[in-house]
Amino acid sequence: MKFGVVVFPGSNCDQDCFYAVNDLLKQPVEYIWHKTTKLDQFEAIILPGGFSYGDYLRTGAIARFSPIMEAVIKYARSGGLVIGICNGFQILLEAGLLPGAMLRNTSLHFICKYVELKVENTATPFTSEYKPGQRVRIPIAHNEGNYYIDAKGLRSLKDNQQIVFRYTANPNGSIDDIAGIVNQEGNVLGMMPHPERSSEKDLGSSDGYLVFTSMLKWLKQKSIKP
Amino acid sequence: MVKAEIYQALGLSDSEYLKVEELMGREPSPTELAMFSVEWSEHCGYPRSRKWLKLFPQTGKYPSLVGEDSGGFILDDLAIIFKMESHNHPSQVEPKQGAATGVGGIIRDIFTAGARPIASLDSLRFGPPTEAYSNFLLKGVVEGIAFYGNCLGVPTVGGEVYFDESYSGNCLVNAMSIGIAPKNKIARARAQGTGNAIMYVGSSTGRDGIGGCSILASQEFCEKEEKRPTVQIGDPFTEKCLIEATLEMLATDYVVGIKDMGAAGLTCSSAEMAAAGGVGMEIDLDKVPRREEGMEPWEVMMSESQERMLVCVQKGKEAEITRIFEKWDLHGVLIGRVTEDKMVRVKDKGKVVAEIKSEFLANAPLYDMPAEKPDYLKEINDLDLQQLPVPDDYPAVLLKLLASPTIASKEWVYEQYDHMVQTNSVVLPGSDAAVLRLKGTGKGIAATSDCNGRYCFLNPYRGAQIAVAEAARNLVCSGADPAAVTDCLNFGNPEKPDRFWYFKHCVQGIADACKTFGLAVVSGNVSFYNESPKGPIYPTPTIGMIGVLNDLNKRCTQYFKNEGDVIVLLGETKEELGGSEYLKVIHNRVAGEAPALDLEKEKALQQLVYDAIQQELVNSAHDCAEGGLAVALAESCVSNKEQIIGAQIIDLQALNPGIRKDAILFGETQSRIVISCDPAALVKIRTSAKKFGIVCSEIGRVGGQRFNIANLIDLPIETVSESWRNGLTRYVK
Repeated sequence: MKFGVVVFPGSNCDQDCFYAVNDLLKQPVEYIWHKTTKLDQFEAIILPGGFSYGDYLRTGAIARFSPIMEAVIKYARSGGLVIGICNGFQILLEAGLLPGAMLRNTSLHFICKYVELKVENTATPFTSEYKPGQRVRIPIAHNEGNYYIDAKGLRSLKDNQQIVFRYTANPNGSIDDIAGIVNQEGNVLGMMPHPERSSEKDLGSSDGYLVFTSMLKWLKQKSIKP
Repeated sequence: MVKAEIYQALGLSDSEYLKVEELMGREPSPTELAMFSVEWSEHCGYPRSRKWLKLFPQTGKYPSLVGEDSGGFILDDLAIIFKMESHNHPSQVEPKQGAATGVGGIIRDIFTAGARPIASLDSLRFGPPTEAYSNFLLKGVVEGIAFYGNCLGVPTVGGEVYFDESYSGNCLVNAMSIGIAPKNKIARARAQGTGNAIMYVGSSTGRDGIGGCSILASQEFCEKEEKRPTVQIGDPFTEKCLIEATLEMLATDYVVGIKDMGAAGLTCSSAEMAAAGGVGMEIDLDKVPRREEGMEPWEVMMSESQERMLVCVQKGKEAEITRIFEKWDLHGVLIGRVTEDKMVRVKDKGKVVAEIKSEFLANAPLYDMPAEKPDYLKEINDLDLQQLPVPDDYPAVLLKLLASPTIASKEWVYEQYDHMVQTNSVVLPGSDAAVLRLKGTGKGIAATSDCNGRYCFLNPYRGAQIAVAEAARNLVCSGADPAAVTDCLNFGNPEKPDRFWYFKHCVQGIADACKTFGLAVVSGNVSFYNESPKGPIYPTPTIGMIGVLNDLNKRCTQYFKNEGDVIVLLGETKEELGGSEYLKVIHNRVAGEAPALDLEKEKALQQLVYDAIQQELVNSAHDCAEGGLAVALAESCVSNKEQIIGAQIIDLQALNPGIRKDAILFGETQSRIVISCDPAALVKIRTSAKKFGIVCSEIGRVGGQRFNIANLIDLPIETVSESWRNGLTRYVK
């Protein structure tokens, strides 16, 4: 199953995601330069963390206009798997593939630490390997992870089971403790915590690895179906 | 002759100006004068310190690499490149940008050597956080490091933060960076080959940072001065692109040499690359990309605009290089050629504005500075313990020490740094040393930075030795074999004999300690003039050290882990309170002698602990440093926030029955490590300790919810934890 990791100028978790897929999941993976416009050969797309364009204007606001994003939007609308991690999540919000917006952390500081998450929805292509309600340790590293959505939007997220991960001790002020959400169709996931940083015991937790194995499982099942 | 106020404003002395005239055989042009002023500054040319730096060993137990801009050592097929550098004065003037550009500068030194930066450490010193300006500096510096380092995707994995009034008027920001490269891919900082291209890559040139090295870094702070325009402004996004583009360029094999335009910008990079290669170069300033109009040639030559480099490229490959940099939206332009005549020739609008032999610039004058032991030291060294009251409330003393910002948890600092990106951080900040894996090798490296400036103030030779010993001890406690050293030597005005006496003795101390441990000093930096109207800083020769873990699985942390484990103190406890945090925090005194240090004993202790960790006999190891044994024990209990665990210390007086209790608890005797182990492992450890001639005392057990030291201290472990956790946070939230 071929994965693609998009590289924007300023992405800095691209190599970590590449490593997780290539060395741990042992699946083919390629970097995709942000000026590319074709994604046909990929079965899953990862928008990695980092500081695309330095995040100088607003997180993800410039990357959203990179040539690749039109292709990503098309890819997602046609049902392809897209995961945005941290800055990748922020870009998905700016691109309108996921609802809501990011505010600065309530502490007004960058926060890098392990946090505990509760898996709220295991019926997605990204979380099927988790147990419902499972508590997992996955680190965060962001300045703007304080997710916000209006009351109507929040209701809709809840009604459609789009909230996938919640913090058990809210680190950043995020509304309803939201750490990760999917789109209505379930094929696009955005999450602030970094599963690629917690995919091996050596790094203190391998809880994040199940995000990648869930994706692989889903892709394999899909390819068996007629 | 050029008017005195002109060359003096540039930072040149009368005698230096005359020397310039003599070398040139004529009056220098304004651009030439500016070039000399920056190249001969202490920050670039080391005229006052060079003589002494030669004492440092350049070889050690690992094959070392000592390059033009950074150094390192060889581990199998890899070169581990690292260096530390100061950005003290810029940070004192504008903390966020000062610290940020400090990080940017040191990281450029790493990737210009062809190495991918894999981690940074920051060694910081401020006045007490109760002082408004020191508090502002602390927040600004941490924000600056986070702003720059996080954006780059280079994890900040360790360092230290000290607080003392001696740094109130002049904070210290020492940034260290580590990179790795295939050992046959190390790039050099030199130009060679007549006709080869000199290319300017990276960001554009503006008026920021003019005189940063000659004026800001090479003078002490006076009252009511405005130095902010000499601070550079950092752009981490551009630097991130520059890292990727540079490494892509170096992979082509078209590069002859490369140098960062850091301190003294284009002047330093052109003169030093030419001198290092024994060639000349001719550059045309009209080709230099600008961000401001109307810049004079001397301004272009002196600008310290960030994120720029000078590259010597094989003739005919210029377009390839331009293409790589344009992909990353950066400049990659041809500005000149290598020449045979060893002259640095600078042209502006078709006219030659400077023409200087590169070696004149690169070989700054060498000064023999007078050094004299200060009279005041004798009185300060005299500490009569008989006159020092013994505390009546030991638990209160412990809690106060744990809450001292120097000892307290630095979580507030390192949580603002991305310390996990690149997914190599296997021991996170908060233990004795950071441990990074080297992917695909099963090996790892550990990194630390250390220096107790108070010890150096009391006894510079021994204080510097202790800095080396402690750094090595921290590495050993994490399971690593100490491999090589970088340093950042922070001192006051070298023109004052007492300041220089401190410098000289610290350098000797470092050199002797490194020789004993078999460590090469592979890179480093000198920062003088760290003083303000409040006086000089404590002499602070910060030691950065890297160690090797041949088996990553045999790493160790400082935290107690298992109920029932035995707690053992390795090493002897003496009646030493001089220079201790206890003496400062509880008795408000900085006095006495620095703790004694026997380098051979220290080496034996480190070998003992290293072996025990390799044999998997040890479950935790933590060195006794500031705050002594009681603090080391408390930290072993509470510093892993996910597993806070109590300890019962049964026998204390047996450690040394003849000495004061406060010295046993809080004295800072060197060469001591607290370990915990399974009771079954104790026999082997005892036997080994005997072999090494190290005192091995079983002092208690891990477990429970109380922290009890021989009933002198008996506190709920939560109370101990809170005191330590809130010690610094209470001043910054």
